[in-house]
Amino acid sequence: MSATTAGSVPGPARNERVARSLGRRRHRANLVIKGLCVAATLIGLLLLASILATLLWRGAAGLSVAVFTNTTRPPGSNGGLLNAIVGTLIQTALGTLIGTPIGLMVGTYLAEYGRTSPMANAVRFVSDVLLSAPSILIGLFIYQLCVEPFGGFSGIAGCLALAVIVIPIVVRTTEDMLQLIPPSLREAAVALGAPKWKMIVLICYRAAKDGIVTGVLLAIARIAGETAPLLFTSLGNLNWSISLSQPMSSLPVTIYQYAGSAFEDWVQLAWVGALLITVGVLATNVLARFALRGGR
Amino acid sequence: MSEAPEHLVKSYDQELNRLRNLMTQMGGIVETQVALAADAIMQRDAASATRAVEEDPKVDALEREVETFVIRLLALRQPVAGDLRQIVTALKITGDLERIGDYAANVAKRSIVLAQFSLPYSLAGFAHMARMVQGQLKLIIDALGDNDAEKAMEVWRSDQVVDDIYNAIFRELITYMMEDPRNITPCTHLLFIAKNLERIGDHATNIAENLYYAVKGETLPDSRPKGDMSAYAVIRPRE
Amino acid sequence: MTVSTTMGESQDRQASFGGVQARATSDINEPRIAIRDLDFFYGSNRALKNIRLDLPDRQVTGMIGPSGCGKSTLLRVLNRMYDLYPGQRAAGEVMMDGENIIDPSVDLNSLRARIGMVFQKPTPFPMTIYDNIAFGVKLHEKLSKAEMDERVEWSLSRGALWDEVKDRLRTSAMGLSGGQQQRLCIARTIAVRPEVILFDEPTSALDPISTLKIEELVDELKHDFTIAIVTHNMQQAARCADQVAFFYLGEMVEVAPAGQMFTAPKQRRTQEYITGRFG
Repeated sequence: MSATTAGSVPGPARNERVARSLGRRRHRANLVIKGLCVAATLIGLLLLASILATLLWRGAAGLSVAVFTNTTRPPGSNGGLLNAIVGTLIQTALGTLIGTPIGLMVGTYLAEYGRTSPMANAVRFVSDVLLSAPSILIGLFIYQLCVEPFGGFSGIAGCLALAVIVIPIVVRTTEDMLQLIPPSLREAAVALGAPKWKMIVLICYRAAKDGIVTGVLLAIARIAGETAPLLFTSLGNLNWSISLSQPMSSLPVTIYQYAGSAFEDWVQLAWVGALLITVGVLATNVLARFALRGGR
Repeated sequence: MSEAPEHLVKSYDQELNRLRNLMTQMGGIVETQVALAADAIMQRDAASATRAVEEDPKVDALEREVETFVIRLLALRQPVAGDLRQIVTALKITGDLERIGDYAANVAKRSIVLAQFSLPYSLAGFAHMARMVQGQLKLIIDALGDNDAEKAMEVWRSDQVVDDIYNAIFRELITYMMEDPRNITPCTHLLFIAKNLERIGDHATNIAENLYYAVKGETLPDSRPKGDMSAYAVIRPRE
Repeated sequence: MTVSTTMGESQDRQASFGGVQARATSDINEPRIAIRDLDFFYGSNRALKNIRLDLPDRQVTGMIGPSGCGKSTLLRVLNRMYDLYPGQRAAGEVMMDGENIIDPSVDLNSLRARIGMVFQKPTPFPMTIYDNIAFGVKLHEKLSKAEMDERVEWSLSRGALWDEVKDRLRTSAMGLSGGQQQRLCIARTIAVRPEVILFDEPTSALDPISTLKIEELVDELKHDFTIAIVTHNMQQAARCADQVAFFYLGEMVEVAPAGQMFTAPKQRRTQEYITGRFG
C-alpha cells in the first residue's frame, strides 16, 4: 500500500554472500569478547583462590587448642589469641549495635521523609563521603573525642570508632532498599488507614528486611577486619581484659603487632589470626544467607 | 454524518459505509419494483409485471446478506451509541424494505389477472396513490443514504395522506361491488392492490421511524398519524 | 451484634458487618458522596476543573476517558491519597455525611477506613494471607482472636477467595496468582468495613478470566458498598457501572445512566470517544 524503500521487499536475503560474511564477523567478535570475559574471571578467581590457599596453609599450621584457651603471652610461652578473639567479638558486636539503629533511622529519614529536600541531600552527601573516608581519620576523630579528654585508651572508644564506620554503610543500604519498594505498596498501606510511621515499620521494613540485613552484615564484615581506627582508640591489650574503660585487645591489632615482630611463634599466631578473621566473616555471611532463606 | 470525525480504525468506517450502501442498493431495487408494479396496473403492461416479480429474489438475497453482516458487526466491533443504533436499525429497515418488495411483487401479479377484465371506472385514485407512495419511498431511500432525520420526519408525517386516499378508494370499490355483481372479482383484486399500496406506505413510515431513532437517539412520538379507517367503515346498501 | 456460627444466621452477620446499621435510615440511591466545584492542582498545573458529580449510595459509578483526562486524579482525591505528595492540592467540596473531606482538619486515617481503595497493580503485603487481611483491621479495631478469625473468613468469602485459600491462610500471600492477589487486596479493603470502595483500573493487569471474576465481585459488592471504578476499558464500564461519567482534559463532559450513555449519549464529544473516533 504505502511506498517503502526497495529493501523491505519480503523474501530471501538480497545478497547471500554479504550476509554470510557479516555473520562470520559477528561470530568472531562474539568469541573474542567472550574469551576476554572468561580470562578476566579466571584471573580474579585465581587471585582469590591463592589468597585463601595461602591463608589456609600458613594459618592452619598454627591452629591448636591453645590458640583458643590462652591469652597473648610473650614469645616462647605458648601464647594464644583468646583475649584478641573476645575483644574483636565484643567491639564488633557493640559497634554494630550502636551504629545500626542510627544508620537505620537516617536511612529511613532519607528515603521516606527528606527525599529530595536540601537537608536530605546534604545528609546523603556527608554519609557518602564518610563511607569512603580513610578509617584512620575516624580513629583520630574518636581519639580527640574519647581518648584524650578521659586520659586513656578504652574499649568503648574502639566500639564508637567502629560504630562510626558502620553508620554510613547501613544508611546507604537502608535508603537503597527502601527506595526499591514500589510506591503502590506504600499507597496500599496508607489507603487502609495506616499512619505513616506504621506504614514504614510494619510494611516497608518487612519488605526491605532482606536487603537491610545484608547491609548490616556487610558492615560487620568490614569492621571485623579494621585495624587503623582501633590503633588510636582501644590500642590493644596484651593482658586479658573485657572492661570497656580499659584498652581492649582485638585480632587485627594483634596481627599487626605480631606479624611485624621477629618472633616465629608470634608470626605464626598472626597467620592464625588472619585465618580466623577470614573464616569468621565467611561463616557469618553463609549463616545469614541460610537464616534469610529459612525465614521466607 | 459528514461533520463527524472518522473512526480511528478505518476498516470500521468502511464496514459502516458498506452497510449503508447495501441498504440503499436494496432501496433502489425496491423503488424499481414499485414503479414497475404501478405501470403494470395503469398500463396493463404484463412485461413490467413480470420484471417486477423477477427482481424480488435479489431483494431477499440482499436482506440475508445484511442480516449476516449485522450479526458479524455486533460480534466483532461491539458497537455503542450511534454506531449501535445504526447497525441494529439496519436489520429492521432491510426487513421493511423486503416486505415492500414482496408487496410490489404481489401488486404486479394481481395486475396480470386484472388485465383480463375491462374496467369501466377510472383508476385515477390508484394512480394518485401509487404516485404518493413512490414519492414517500424515494424520499426515505434518499434519507437513508444521507442519514437525514428531517426527511425521515417528513415521510413519517405524510402517511396520513396515503391512508386517506386508501379509505376513499375502499369506499368507492365497495360501492361498485354493490352496484353490479360482475364487478366483484376485479374490484376485490383492486381492493387487495390498494391495501398492498397502503402497506407499502406504512412500511416506508416504519423505515422513517427507525432512521430517525438511529440518527437522533430518540423515538418519534407514539401517536403516529394512522388514518386507515377502513376497519371502521360501514357502508349501508342503497335501497 | 451476637456472633453465631450457624449457617442460617451468616446472612445477618454479613449484613451487619457491612455497616448497614448506620445506613438503615438513609434513602437508597441518595448520593453517598457529593462532589462540588472541585479543582485539583499538580503544582501550578490545574488538572481537574470545576468537577460536579454525585456518587449514589450502593451503586457503581464508572469513570471513563482518555489518558490524562483526570479520572484517576479524581479518584485519589476521594481518599486524600494526594496528601502523601507535597505540591498536590485540592480545592472545593467533597461532601460525605455532611462534612467536607478535603478540609485539612479531617482525620485521614479514619477517613481511609471509611473510603477504601483497590489499585491497578495487586499489592499483597509481604506477610501471610491471614496477616494481610488482619493488618487493616488491627489499625482501627481491637478484636479477639476468634473475632479476627471470623472477620478474615468473612472478608475472604465476600472477596470470592475463601474456598481457594482456606487451607493455607498461614502461607505467604506472595505465592498467589495475579488474579488471586487482586482479590486478596479487595478482601483486605473490605475487611475494615468501609462505606465506599474506590477501584483504580483494578483489572488492567489481569487476564480475561480473572477480570470477569472481579467484575462479578463488584456486582455483588455493590449491594453493601458504594463503588467508584476508573477504567480505560469501556466495555468494562458498560458491563459494571450503573452510572457512567466521561472525563476529558480535566473536565467532566457528561454523566448518565450506563444504558443511556452507551446507546444515546447527549454530548458529541462523548459519542466520539466511546465509538472510537478519537482518544
